[in-house]
Amino acid sequence: MELSRLTIHELQEMIKKGETTSSDIVESVFKRIDAVEDKVRSYITLLRDSALEEAQQADREIKKGNIKTLSGIPIAVKDIMCTRGVRTTCGSRILHNYVPPYDSTVVMKLREAGAIFVGKANMDEFAMGSSTETSYFEITKNPWDLERIPGGSSGGSAAAVAADECIASLGSDTGGSIRQPAALCGVVGLKPTYGRVSRFGLIAFASSLDQIGPFTKDVEDCAILMNLIAGHDPMDSTSVPTSVPDYREYLSRGIAGWTVGIPKEYFIEGIDPEVSGAIEKAIKEIEGLGAKCIEVSLPHTDYCVAAYYIVAPAEASSNLARYDGVRYGLRSESGEGEDLLEMYKRTRSEGFGAEVKRRIMIGTYALSSGYYDAYYKKASQVRTLIKRDFEESFKKCDVILTPTTPTPAFKIGEKTDDPLQMYLSDIFTLSANLAGIPGISVPCGYTKAGLPIGLQLLAGHFEEGKLIQIASAYEKHSKTEKRRPEI
Amino acid sequence: MITKEEVGHVAHLARLHFSEEEQDKFTSQLNDILTYIDKLNQVDTAGIPPTTHAISLNNAFREDVVKESIGRDLALTNAPDEKGSCFRVPKVIE
Repeated sequence: MELSRLTIHELQEMIKKGETTSSDIVESVFKRIDAVEDKVRSYITLLRDSALEEAQQADREIKKGNIKTLSGIPIAVKDIMCTRGVRTTCGSRILHNYVPPYDSTVVMKLREAGAIFVGKANMDEFAMGSSTETSYFEITKNPWDLERIPGGSSGGSAAAVAADECIASLGSDTGGSIRQPAALCGVVGLKPTYGRVSRFGLIAFASSLDQIGPFTKDVEDCAILMNLIAGHDPMDSTSVPTSVPDYREYLSRGIAGWTVGIPKEYFIEGIDPEVSGAIEKAIKEIEGLGAKCIEVSLPHTDYCVAAYYIVAPAEASSNLARYDGVRYGLRSESGEGEDLLEMYKRTRSEGFGAEVKRRIMIGTYALSSGYYDAYYKKASQVRTLIKRDFEESFKKCDVILTPTTPTPAFKIGEKTDDPLQMYLSDIFTLSANLAGIPGISVPCGYTKAGLPIGLQLLAGHFEEGKLIQIASAYEKHSKTEKRRPEI
Repeated sequence: MITKEEVGHVAHLARLHFSEEEQDKFTSQLNDILTYIDKLNQVDTAGIPPTTHAISLNNAFREDVVKESIGRDLALTNAPDEKGSCFRVPKVIE
């Protein structure tokens, strides 16, 4: 058994019993990377030397009996989270040479817990995309079918876990960027409640929507990482100072007596029949675990994409104004006699890719004089209604169950020329970000062609425990077969 | 509808520059997207307060205590161009 194929909790056990070492685990992961990375392209930056060195240090500590939660476990981080002294690009040319002078809070927390960092995972530029095709550096391939996209924007983080190029990883989710790639790559991905995990050191896309969360091989690992990254941080004033439960305690509680809401608006025309078939099967299995499934209604579902594609670009256009070629990142070589304004324009036009420019343009337009009320204010009001839909539904049920995505992974290049079609692939995930609620995607089967399908579960604010509870019950007891990609 | 001229104006506000060809493409794509977004007008939002953050947050106050921060040298390490202790930029005023 290759160590790279195992989970955090399996490796923890082996380390505790002295059956393996961190060096062996890290070597196994890099052996796997050497075998498949050329095909999958999960990483922008690999940290082989420092990882092997850290593993030797970890082994010395472990020998002394100093074992922490992630002692010696190789983790990948999306290249949107700042890592002190390690290039952090956000998938963009404009940050191609940026070396942060500080660690993001999540990276610091994992480091303190003993994690070994394998590399910085590929992503859509500034997390704007659903396929990882907008990365300035490379296109990540879906490990289940190398001609298909892994999802996005955290496609590298999802593919790395699916392909055993790390044991677990972190991603970020602004409109589905953890849950959608988790579904398309057949792994577990959780977007926490807005404010549950510190965003300090997370390069900002849309500040009222962004959240960091884990990609893991099973639900237990998800609980382990959530225990480490959740909690208040004085460095992020939007992180919430409420206590964090031990998420592992939810793993074996079962869901007898629960009510699960199925929103009728999520079973629409255009949803792939193999996806809806897998979801219907999952609903039966969840009923078999003692839960009652009822129909609920989220009447404003149809407006989520429209509201999101005002709110997110508006915030992005403001956040990305900082890239001006002065303090860090790319500066265009300016021509003779060129002034500051010309330098700004040239730098930003050369540094940003087409999708980022598109969103900056939408956002700038929506916030510009005369259009603010018609677009931004209107979208923010619709956001209130979307949030209220969930509040009403959660009066009737413990969690809401939906497909994570309307279709399995699509082909590379299939949607790059049609931005609107690409946006519509996030139709089931955007609402959780607008409402600020947590959501998890767990594997729930495969298409005939062998592509993974994801089941999304949503809960009220700060109820990640419930998501872990039902996802764990489903994972343990469902008859869904578990496969591995052949690369 | 957003016109090609408006796209040019918005690009200037966003400090971006497009070629003629890019400006044509963006005008058509932005119109597709804005036409789709127009469906928000089907929703009656009279009297509905806007949501700017999904979680109700209060201002997070703290004592004004001086803490360790990133030093000047470190802050300048990523600068494309610097001189002495400053970021250097092209000429702003004559």
